[in-house]
Amino acid sequence: MSKNRVTRRQFLNYTLTGVGGFMAAGMLLPMVRFAVDPVLQKKGESDFIATNQKVADLTTEPTRVDYSFEQQDGWYSSEETGTAWVYKDENDKVVALSPVCKHLGCTVNWNGDKANENHFYCPCHGGLYTKDGTNVPGTPPIAALDVFPTKEVDGFLHLGKAEPR
Amino acid sequence: MFNKIYDWVDERLDITPIWRDIADHEVPEHVNPAHHFSAFVYCFGGLTFFVTVIQILSGMFLTMYYVPDIKNAWESVYYLQNHVAFGQIVRGMHHWGASLVIVMMFLHTLRVFFQGAYKKPRELNWLVGVGIFFVMLALGLTGYLLPWDMKALFATKVTIQIVESTPFIGEMLKTLIAGDASIVGAQTITRFFAIHVFFLPAVLFGLMAAHFIMIRKQGISGPL
Repeated sequence: MSKNRVTRRQFLNYTLTGVGGFMAAGMLLPMVRFAVDPVLQKKGESDFIATNQKVADLTTEPTRVDYSFEQQDGWYSSEETGTAWVYKDENDKVVALSPVCKHLGCTVNWNGDKANENHFYCPCHGGLYTKDGTNVPGTPPIAALDVFPTKEVDGFLHLGKAEPR
Repeated sequence: MFNKIYDWVDERLDITPIWRDIADHEVPEHVNPAHHFSAFVYCFGGLTFFVTVIQILSGMFLTMYYVPDIKNAWESVYYLQNHVAFGQIVRGMHHWGASLVIVMMFLHTLRVFFQGAYKKPRELNWLVGVGIFFVMLALGLTGYLLPWDMKALFATKVTIQIVESTPFIGEMLKTLIAGDASIVGAQTITRFFAIHVFFLPAVLFGLMAAHFIMIRKQGISGPL
């Protein structure tokens, strides 16, 4: 037995703290887990969304493709819409670019500015991107436009979740 | 580690007298179940407070998901109960705790009444206790509507009819608590929510503070 015997007072202190802590934890644990649930919810495999755009109709000129999808937000489900700029590159590969400007999130347009032909143009602060989505140096955007993963199903274009490059 | 932090703070702020005032007081023999088992009746006040703390905590967490709106209230309750981890438990704590508060408070009241502990000099504390009693009942009543299911709706319709039967000012009172002269709906649920979550707890905290300050000042009543 060691020299430092646990005194009666210490023993009672430890047991009380232990039991009290256990009870407090039993009470708080469910509530904390409840609160952090959104952080721990499994990220669903990002589903591809069908559009009305036939892949065969795509050209090398970017076209605006609008799509809509059912969005489930907790207990609220709604019909949301989105846009992509889609074209075929020189290797006949489909490229779908997000229209969200990488500066402050406005919406860019193909050939939106008469002075800058064949560029994506953001009307808010004059941001410019080349056809492949690369930001033009000297304009506000700090990164290239996000890219949608694409796939073709029954001839129609399907878009995934836009990813930064 | 903990002792060092405590000493550091205590050296600067002299906190020991403060918490001694709050926590360090003798439990008289007649109140200690270790001496007389029948002294467990003195626990009911503390238990009421304990369950009240659970109600406050679980209620705070529930409002992270709940929406006081006729379209979304039921949906959000369904969602938090069935799709959020431990939702059933957290809502269960609030649901069962609500009944338990009433039970504990009632037992506490009975003890004080049958022991005559409300007599001079503690009459004021009895009055404050009665105030807490009615605030708790009102909390139960307003909370009942919030899930916005059929039971909640019809219980509230009954409540409103009872209020309406008040002589002379019944009509006005009814409109005041329902938010509309004839509809139990959108304006009723937001009102009940505000009363349940902000107004009544604020009153409750004030009354509880007065209740506890008075019992510390006057001490617990002597043995029978």
